[in-house]
Amino acid sequence: MLLEKLSNLPGVSGSEKAVREAIVEQLREHGLEWQTDTMGNLLVRKKGRRSGSRRIMLAAHIDEVGLMVTSIEKSGHLKFRPVGGIDSRVLVSKRVHVGEEQIPGVIGSKAIHLQKPEERQKPFELDQLYIDIGAKNKEEAEKYVQVGAYASFDAVCTPFGDGCLRGKAFDDRAGCAALLELLLEKDTPPFDAAFTVQEEVGLRGARVAAYTLQPQYALAVEATAAADTPDTKKERSSTVLSGGPAISFMDRTLIVHREIFESLVNAAEKAGVPFQFRRFAGGGTDAGAIALSREGVKAGVVAVPCRYIHSPCSVLKESDLRHTVSLLRAWLEATA
Amino acid sequence: MKELIKELVEVYGPSGEEAAVRALIEEKIKESVDRTFTDSLGNLFALREGAPPLLMFSAHMDEIGVIVTHIDDKGFLRIAPVGGVAPHLLVGQRLRFKNGVLGTVHHEKIKELKELDWSKLYVDIGAADGDAAKKRLRIGDMACLHQPFVDLGGRYMAKAMDDRIGCAILVEVARRLPPSLPQGVCFVFSAQEEVGLRGATTAAYRLDPGYGFAVDVTMVGDTPEAPLMAVSLGRGPAIKVKDRSLLCHPRVRELMVETAEKHGIPYQLEVLERGGTDAGAIHLSREGVPSGAVSIPCRYVHTPSEMVDAGDVEHAVELIEKLILLSWPSPDEGWT
Repeated sequence: MLLEKLSNLPGVSGSEKAVREAIVEQLREHGLEWQTDTMGNLLVRKKGRRSGSRRIMLAAHIDEVGLMVTSIEKSGHLKFRPVGGIDSRVLVSKRVHVGEEQIPGVIGSKAIHLQKPEERQKPFELDQLYIDIGAKNKEEAEKYVQVGAYASFDAVCTPFGDGCLRGKAFDDRAGCAALLELLLEKDTPPFDAAFTVQEEVGLRGARVAAYTLQPQYALAVEATAAADTPDTKKERSSTVLSGGPAISFMDRTLIVHREIFESLVNAAEKAGVPFQFRRFAGGGTDAGAIALSREGVKAGVVAVPCRYIHSPCSVLKESDLRHTVSLLRAWLEATA
Repeated sequence: MKELIKELVEVYGPSGEEAAVRALIEEKIKESVDRTFTDSLGNLFALREGAPPLLMFSAHMDEIGVIVTHIDDKGFLRIAPVGGVAPHLLVGQRLRFKNGVLGTVHHEKIKELKELDWSKLYVDIGAADGDAAKKRLRIGDMACLHQPFVDLGGRYMAKAMDDRIGCAILVEVARRLPPSLPQGVCFVFSAQEEVGLRGATTAAYRLDPGYGFAVDVTMVGDTPEAPLMAVSLGRGPAIKVKDRSLLCHPRVRELMVETAEKHGIPYQLEVLERGGTDAGAIHLSREGVPSGAVSIPCRYVHTPSEMVDAGDVEHAVELIEKLILLSWPSPDEGWT
């Protein structure tokens, strides 16, 4: 399965090569043409049997949140800072891969036995955490890792439960998998796919990708936070698993163009694809950057609901991803 | 001009939902310009053709508002802000949706005022239950404040004075301009300013102007125990020096000051520590645009009762008219 493969690859913002190459490999096998730009965006023109009259861009980001090594301690431990939005409370006792060589490491912290009673009362802060790569001292650590090296979560994507997947980087490898599926199918109407870099640090790749592609219509295909856990009140729940793709009306970076919003709802209803509204106006996506490109672009967002995003153990439902692809196809049929 | 202001402030137009404002302005200004057009974000352009350098004057059409994020089984709506809205200012206020539905904002039980945040607010539209509410409104629908225009005797009070007063001023300027102008001028009625100067970003790219100006409200420091700010109501329009989005081009500012003094138009200088304006987006467009701003002193910005002085408004019209009649040098020359 495409998503499983993509999810396992490291691709922290600014270091997306492995993901890009995996996608290129698929494109090459299917005889599709692509180009890359100076930032590392991967742009693919999907030609269709009929020539679409509108320039449509679908964007999914290939980067994920992760860590960067900021110093190497005498003891051989690595200090680090987050790249993108990470809750430092999820980091403790996680396995990571460091650097291009994918050196195994763990994020260590003081064991419970060694903590004073008051230390047990609050979560560890970033400064109390470090990456342990099993090196005996600084000199040995420097043989494997340099300051500036990236670290990504070491998590293997695994099917479980009732049609669910658990793994890392579903935000936004789920979107990448959806786009790739549309590209590889013969009958998909023509569109331009952008696999963008550096979304997690400020929608940077999408900004230049949109400038290059000059679309008239654009969708960001994303993974969005699902809030259907037991402690969430119904009226505060942004999206739910099994509810189908989430259609956004607004977030911190974008007011979805009304024409796009309506056309997505119409496409879903007409094709009988289950969908939900993203009942939350925060967060941001590539569509925010795309909408403001050049003279402006009509933009919207379709997202796969995903629990525990920005952690090594996100959870999504395969049927939601499948329905996301169906919705995108139906929308392209109606729009292209 | 009072009638024009009254008409403009009472129209519904939160960010992204500017259609009614746009239609009204287009009707009011079309006889005074060579042509009007709109773009994909919903900006309205009203162009007087002429020699370069093109002057761009931008006033934003959108106002702050709220957006529906959830409708519960009893028919109550949950909302999120559109633009900078303080939740405590909404309590007890009336809202108007695009389709005319009215409602009032109240809050769940709280012990102290500081507990009041968006998750505690709800809107009651008088629906008997969830189904009745869903027949009238849908998730993603927006509302603006519902307040009439009032003439307090030389001072006007209304919702959305920010920035319909700027829109009214530009419409009035367009009407007063003579048949022949030293250079072209485009009046831009921009969309989505309140959510991040978005309309002005794409409008400036499209126009590629020689000079850019925002016409917007600014805060005042003349109310009891107000934060320090050397701008008062009734002392003339303010010529902006800086705000958080731009440092006005010094030569542009000087020309504005010289013009005001030459024609005996009262003015104040504005240093705004918070907030930004369309000129912030315009001056960074493409290769850079020398920019400035004419600000209308306004009390209680982003509340249901924004207040401006009629004399300030009239003097702003005069200042902008004189600025357009000035023969502007090429923006690339003489800036040493």
